[in-house]
Amino acid sequence: MFSDYFSLSFKNLKHRGIRSWLTLLGIFIGILAVVSLISLGNGLKLGVMSQFGVGSTEVITVQAGGLNSYGPPGSGAVNPLKESNVEQIEKLSSVENAIARYTPSGKLEFNDKVNFGFAMSVPDGEDRKFVYEQLDVEAETGRLLKDGDTNKVVLGYNFYANAAGYDKAIKPGNTIILQDKKFQVVGITKKKGSFILDGVVYVNEAPLKDLMNISEEVYMIVVQVKDKDLMERAKEDIEKLLRKERGVKKGEEDFEVSTPDAALSTVNSILGGVQAFIIIIASMSIFVGAIGIVNTMTTSVLERKSQIGTMKAIGAKNKDIFYHFFIEAGLLGLIGGILGVIFGLLIGYFGTVGINNFIGSSVKPEIDIVLIVLVLIGSFLIGCVAGITPAMQAAKQNPVEALRG
Amino acid sequence: MRKSLIKLENVFKHYYMGDIVVKAVDGINISIHEGEFVAIMGPSGSGKSTSMNLVGSLDVPTKGKIYLDGEDISQLEESELAQIRGKKIGFIFQSFNLIPNLTVKENIMLPMMFQGIEREDREVIAEDLLKKVELADRGNHYPNQISGGQMQRVAIARALANNPEVILADEPTGNLDTKTGEKVMDFLRQLNKEGKTIIMVTHEPELAEAYAEKVYWLKDGKVEKVTHKNGHFSVEKEEKQLFDKDNKRVVKKSKKKIKKKGD
Repeated sequence: MFSDYFSLSFKNLKHRGIRSWLTLLGIFIGILAVVSLISLGNGLKLGVMSQFGVGSTEVITVQAGGLNSYGPPGSGAVNPLKESNVEQIEKLSSVENAIARYTPSGKLEFNDKVNFGFAMSVPDGEDRKFVYEQLDVEAETGRLLKDGDTNKVVLGYNFYANAAGYDKAIKPGNTIILQDKKFQVVGITKKKGSFILDGVVYVNEAPLKDLMNISEEVYMIVVQVKDKDLMERAKEDIEKLLRKERGVKKGEEDFEVSTPDAALSTVNSILGGVQAFIIIIASMSIFVGAIGIVNTMTTSVLERKSQIGTMKAIGAKNKDIFYHFFIEAGLLGLIGGILGVIFGLLIGYFGTVGINNFIGSSVKPEIDIVLIVLVLIGSFLIGCVAGITPAMQAAKQNPVEALRG
Repeated sequence: MRKSLIKLENVFKHYYMGDIVVKAVDGINISIHEGEFVAIMGPSGSGKSTSMNLVGSLDVPTKGKIYLDGEDISQLEESELAQIRGKKIGFIFQSFNLIPNLTVKENIMLPMMFQGIEREDREVIAEDLLKKVELADRGNHYPNQISGGQMQRVAIARALANNPEVILADEPTGNLDTKTGEKVMDFLRQLNKEGKTIIMVTHEPELAEAYAEKVYWLKDGKVEKVTHKNGHFSVEKEEKQLFDKDNKRVVKKSKKKIKKKGD
């Protein structure tokens, strides 16, 4: 019997005018927003993370100063970290490895133009591999730095894309001048989508320290923890150690130990804000869409009054009429939902492709079949709920009056 | 004596519009037997449409009793009435009242759907009925793709879908030209010969007298008189008294007319 109602309602829908379809816009936009938001989820997260330079999620970073220092991380700290701190941290039981990182700022000359930017140190040996992995850098052209490269640098993608203010693309083989010393460019890294990593100059640790006259101070310590579960303990261990070393009390730290959880929670709170905003917009448009269905169904009941009368005359019971209109409203919602899902997935797909192109990643759009089915059932039910009142109106029509039209 | 199929016993239908009472039907008696071809005749405002609604169990009376197949249906709920009329009465309307979004065949199948008949069976019956009204090749057309006469034949087929005992036709030729109208009437006559009880509501006396064996003449919500094809003339008991008092002239006139026709 229900399949009969469905086919009857569907036949009526097929003959509906453009007016009815326009009322679906609300449901369509609402579902579109939800589906595209979800299918874009992975790409969005990665995009936001890369903008904040959160590359790896498995290391703890230690910096002196606190949040208020401007410029590259670690620079300009009153009381910088020391090389000895690196060794001390490495000795902690929860820590696998600690690497000193240097990110000094300086001037770069090329094509008779001078700009200021900052460099990033690359350590030797096993640590080099770890840093490359952690930053997820690969060569777009040329090669990455290796042990023993002294007068050589690798540049971020922006130099190559002529987006760094030198009026000319810098390519492997070119010579640039860093702080009045000549360096040969051996490679360009792949696009990361982050203005920090795409605008950086990679120099091996020893030549960089020489160049910038760095002796004892360390800009940043990257800590690899023995086990992911030890993250919090390692953080506490490092804080305890540095408080003692630097002679500060708990709560007055002039350094910061940040775990990926902290960075991730920043990213998540930004994403959460975006999601909340989109969900509010989506629910509002779904609500408006539901009102639209109420409206179009009520009009439809009035327009088809004599049809209702006829159907009652030839034996339709109140419940037959009710289900007929109820399911028709549900189908209206469902069609809005189907269109929303299709276009939402398209946005998710092309959006993710766009993000991948922008930051050079290779994430896939998230397509959750269960969720899509739930969304479709949901949009059908929204239509049904919107159709309850009009369907009841239709069902309780007096056959004699309805026949009169 | 043939079985009594529909019986209205002293039925009233009054509408209240504020303080004004509209006496649409004011104490009528109608008795229709199995296999009869009956016409309910009257000008507009005579209570003819209201009587049709009551006879067709589309409406319930304010007062009085209505029996369908011996069962008192005057107090039933709307949905119970729907079930009964869907099974026992087939409706034909002046403006055909086909559902425009359904094909001819789907229109014929609709009353069967409301009776819970399986789809396969509905299809078979609908195709048979299409053949019967000579529209076998029009099954997949939509109502707006066929002529008025064809639409009314589809309506006849739809009325027959649940094989009802009674066909109730409300001005069946009202929207048709004379020739197409005749064809539709021939179908109704044929159905009557096959045993269906036909009740036709009309305002055209010629049509009523040409096809019906019994005509109820309505005026001001009352049965003015009842005439029979064979010239036999009768007035329901209650009305008779009224006529005797106020309307003798009309009665005589009608009597003459009928005799003339009989010649």
